[in-house]
Amino acid sequence: MAKRQKRFEVLDAREVNKDGFVTEWPEVGLIAMGSPNDPQPSVKVANGMIVEMDGKKREEFDFNELFIANYAINTAVAEQMMAIPCVEIARKIVDINVPRAEVAKIFSGLTPAKIAAVMDELNVVEMMMGIQKMRARRTPGNQAHVTNMQDNPVLMAADAAEATYYGFDEIETTVAVFNYGPMNALALLVGGQIGRPGALSQDALEESIELQLGLRGLTAYAETVSVYGTEKVFIDGDDTPWSKGFLASAYASRGLKMRFTSGTGSEVQMAYAEGKSMLYLEIKCVMITKGAGVQGLQNGSISCIGVPGGVPGGIRAVLAENLVTTCLDLEVASGNDQTFSHSPFRRTARLMGQFLPGTDFIFSGYSAVPNYDNVFAGSNFDSDDYDDFLILQRDLKVDGGLRPVREAEIIELRHKAAKAIQAVFAELGLPAITDEEVEAATYAHGSNDMPARDKVQDTKAAQEMLKRGVTGVDVVKALAKRGFPEVAEAVLNIQKQRVSGDYLHTSAILDKDFNVVAAINDLNDYQGPGTGYRLQGERWEQLANIRHAMSPEDI
Amino acid sequence: MAQLSEAVVREVVKEILAQMGNGSAPASAAPAVSNGDSVADLTIREVGVAKPGTASDEVVIALAPAFGDKLKKRTITGIPHTAVLRELMAGIEEEGMKPRIIRVWHTSDVAFVGKRGAELSGSGISIAIQSRGTTVIHQRDLFPLQNIELFPQAPVLTLETYRNIGRNAARYAKGDSPAPVPQISDQMARPKYQAIAAVYHIRETEFVDSSKKPMDLEVRFN
Repeated sequence: MAKRQKRFEVLDAREVNKDGFVTEWPEVGLIAMGSPNDPQPSVKVANGMIVEMDGKKREEFDFNELFIANYAINTAVAEQMMAIPCVEIARKIVDINVPRAEVAKIFSGLTPAKIAAVMDELNVVEMMMGIQKMRARRTPGNQAHVTNMQDNPVLMAADAAEATYYGFDEIETTVAVFNYGPMNALALLVGGQIGRPGALSQDALEESIELQLGLRGLTAYAETVSVYGTEKVFIDGDDTPWSKGFLASAYASRGLKMRFTSGTGSEVQMAYAEGKSMLYLEIKCVMITKGAGVQGLQNGSISCIGVPGGVPGGIRAVLAENLVTTCLDLEVASGNDQTFSHSPFRRTARLMGQFLPGTDFIFSGYSAVPNYDNVFAGSNFDSDDYDDFLILQRDLKVDGGLRPVREAEIIELRHKAAKAIQAVFAELGLPAITDEEVEAATYAHGSNDMPARDKVQDTKAAQEMLKRGVTGVDVVKALAKRGFPEVAEAVLNIQKQRVSGDYLHTSAILDKDFNVVAAINDLNDYQGPGTGYRLQGERWEQLANIRHAMSPEDI
Repeated sequence: MAQLSEAVVREVVKEILAQMGNGSAPASAAPAVSNGDSVADLTIREVGVAKPGTASDEVVIALAPAFGDKLKKRTITGIPHTAVLRELMAGIEEEGMKPRIIRVWHTSDVAFVGKRGAELSGSGISIAIQSRGTTVIHQRDLFPLQNIELFPQAPVLTLETYRNIGRNAARYAKGDSPAPVPQISDQMARPKYQAIAAVYHIRETEFVDSSKKPMDLEVRFN
């Protein structure tokens, strides 16, 4: 080994050099944007049907392209919009004098290759300008992961309450052990409504079980319906755009909110990217979502973030995929939801693309538990980072969806959530929750602080919940009977949403009084300074009021 | 002092890696340090199309297309394939069962390699392994994407884990219900290895021959 230069030794030991980086390899699609194999944009429409798209004749389309050509492009305007030069469309995205609706109309007529070429005209600041204008809901929002490695229901209820109290509009759980699904959904539902009535909850599971839990009212929405940019990867999962569309319809038919999931890097990760760039393939996913009539998409690479994160320009491509989603007039839950880097600098820089302009859900989600308890394999930020995040909001006067909280409030809230789930378990005949567990969950940092539960009994009981047909209404009754009338009412109000269906509108969330806030009644009207969402008044005072700021009277 | 000793350790690791003919690997590939085998001492020969086995004491080890004799012949953390294969076989033999090694050519997907291996296994149990080290214990009657035990994070797998995987596979083949092999979950494996893992998988997939049947292998440790 050659003699080392000492500065390089120090550099090699830095956190950032624990991250894995690779060189581009365009032939197999290991390239973020602009692969030489990406097709040239083109479109031909005959009799209202797309007969040529991006250099391919209709007969040569694979099933993704056929689906996009049939359902995701407005053939009435396609030739007109495709004729606009890419750089001009890119400028319209950034230009504050061009309203959102005009950009959305142009995008309705573009092909995947054209959209990819438009994105390549933008630098990251311009992309952020674009998202600020193009995101569907005026008020930005946020989503959290609430999981724990033990699938402990008491802890989960307390964590859910804390998360929604911080301000997350949506909370998402999953399971460490598959059979816990229904019990985790129950804990999340009850806890979430205690922290902030109106928060929506979901449980990421195998698709049929996830749907069942939604139909039973144990969850309020779904997100884990994945789509892919190449036919081969779709087929590997035994799926097609049509089968995913069918699943989406099943949710819609029962009045349940849902969105799809996709992200750059998944195709190349599966070794079937066909030499295309990650962004080009992801644009196809966004368009499949649009074509399926689904209101929104979770993207921003998601679980494949290490792949775009490892190549040049990858994080720019991840921002571009969020922007494309907004330009196609869809809700975006914009990633930031997986461990991304060892370096706190990289983690923060990666967040800024969504945090500064604001998105429908800046994280999808933020880990509201310590990362060691995050069953989605960790998030970009976790509960130990709360104060960093809150201070970033305060420094930059940006609304990232969270608010400062006080320790005493959280202790009270966690206790209430733990007591409520204890009562519901007793009433529904689920394995008992002891007072010791309630106490532990109230004060816990994570599942390491919880007494062990009998997992065999818990999983058995969780499966019996399905067999017995426990529904959201049973939860309402249990809460009402056991002295939690306001929580019962909140859970009942969640059940009512699927009857009215109003929260099926694009980018819908519920406020604490169960009013829908969506792109219909809160449409983003940003057109430069003095317009759009402005962080001011009471909300700004709330965000500015962090725990550890000293006032003159303190001195 | 702590810093000094860490520096010393790094230096030693690099020296050993260099001796292993892997000097260009970054220091982050350090876990390979305990695996002294060189990569050159494995010879693999195809001896014919693999037929369904009949011996109930047989556990199939199904190799993905590039494992053992192509590319760098090491897992993602730099463990020589030779050493990995030895441990899997030793684990099986320790339980009094017989390893049978085959190569699956038509896919590089570890789940499908495992499913095919299990179908050909006399006991109905197989272990499938990819070049990067990702491993699964599969069983004949399961769907391809199901498994008995899955080891999805190659970066945390050590030679000890591979020994245990071999042992557990043999126990399943005997009809036992062993406790699953303990696994570490490293949240930071993604930022460290995901992009590299993608490259591994792509390179392995280049060796896929969709028209070629699984082959029985004769494996010699030199």
